[in-house]
Amino acid sequence: MALIDLANPTRFLSLAHRLLPWLTALCAATFAVGLYMSFFVAPEDYQQGDTVRIMYIHVPSAWLAMMCYSIMAIASLGTLVWRHPLADVAAKAAAPLGAAFTFMSLITGSLWGKPMWGTYWVWDARLTSVLVLFIMYLGLMALWRTMEDPIKAGKAAAVLTLVGALNLPIIKFSVDWWNTLHQPASVMRLDGPTIHPDILWPLLVMALAFTLLFLVLHLMAMRNEILRRRVRALRQRAAAIRPATATAAPQSAAAE
Amino acid sequence: MTGWFSSLVLRELRLAVRVGGGALIGVLFFLAVVTVVPFGIGPDLNLLSRIGPAILWIGALLSTLLGLDRLFQADRDDGALDLILMAGRPLELVVLAKCLAHWLATGLPLVLAAPVLAVFLNLDPVAIGAVTLTLLVGTPALTLIGAIGAALTVPLRRGGLLLAVLVVPLAIPVLIFGVSAADAAISEPMPFLTPFLILCALTLISAVVGPAASAAALRFAAD
Repeated sequence: MALIDLANPTRFLSLAHRLLPWLTALCAATFAVGLYMSFFVAPEDYQQGDTVRIMYIHVPSAWLAMMCYSIMAIASLGTLVWRHPLADVAAKAAAPLGAAFTFMSLITGSLWGKPMWGTYWVWDARLTSVLVLFIMYLGLMALWRTMEDPIKAGKAAAVLTLVGALNLPIIKFSVDWWNTLHQPASVMRLDGPTIHPDILWPLLVMALAFTLLFLVLHLMAMRNEILRRRVRALRQRAAAIRPATATAAPQSAAAE
Repeated sequence: MTGWFSSLVLRELRLAVRVGGGALIGVLFFLAVVTVVPFGIGPDLNLLSRIGPAILWIGALLSTLLGLDRLFQADRDDGALDLILMAGRPLELVVLAKCLAHWLATGLPLVLAAPVLAVFLNLDPVAIGAVTLTLLVGTPALTLIGAIGAALTVPLRRGGLLLAVLVVPLAIPVLIFGVSAADAAISEPMPFLTPFLILCALTLISAVVGPAASAAALRFAAD
């Protein structure tokens, strides 16, 4: 099934309906394996002890926070360039998820930072840029909520998402001038991961579980958003018909 | 070809000067921010001279944010925005003209006020020059980036607060390099030129991205 076939919301809904149970089951199974591995299989760190296990929540959340914004940026291209009718639904549904993952990585990071660095928060490069990402997610959600018409709101938010996507690498690089307490990249490296396999494998399984969780929640949120737009369109139609004036033409449905 | 561009800039400038308080209220707010800081952190002149460039930059950022909602809102309220949209001129250039006029009316006064306010903060002459220079280069970027937020919030009735929230994350790189260039001028070992050139680059980038994104947002808001 090509991407363009999914432009039909009804077809997308039926696909989501068929996929969701399988994805949910797969996600739960991966989480079960991943959590078991991170709690019982992975060794304690010789320096950090058991607190190193925070990593199995923290690192996948941070990855998902970035991935979510990338998905939103691609979806924004879909809205503005290809005018794919579901692209802004996808972007809108992803924003709260991205904000939640970003928040989770901030919280777990600060809980991890207290025993390791002796403080909940430092104005460090990585932390600050993630905080900026969080503010950008919240700003996008606010923009979506303040505009009445979902199509207009989707286009405005797409413009802002793309400008913000341009900003993200600038923030990342600009803070290289600041002293950084956060450790540098250790998994995604050109010369291979620097983490021992005993720790790397649970981390990768947890990353897969988080990605599946995102997929499940994203499909659910997109389904809800489509249904919400249908309800809105039906209400508008009803409101247009009820006054029984001959000239009142029903407004075109938003998501159909 | 440039006739309409300059006449649009002139129109905006006249409006900004004649419609009361448009230009100078920003400088007043700038003064208020700088005045409030010593009450908050205490009147320690050494501390003030150390963080002075940062205070001036934050003050300039806040003052810019304050004035941004006038950029398109006034034209929308009296219907001029629809005429501008329908005039058939390249909308990116129209936005650039409006940004230029807006910066001349609100940004440039901030730059001119900065040396005076810097004296209050006990900055030495080199630092005053550095801060003023970085503000001169950096405030256009703030206006151009802010235009995106102003264009996005044009359809909203009270978009001012949302505008500030949307623009601040985008303005953070400008703030970082503006302050670090100004700081580098004071403290010896750090080079001034590197962050300053990056600041120039950021202004040039926002001169491209700002009008393009604002024009797109205005088109979407109109149809």
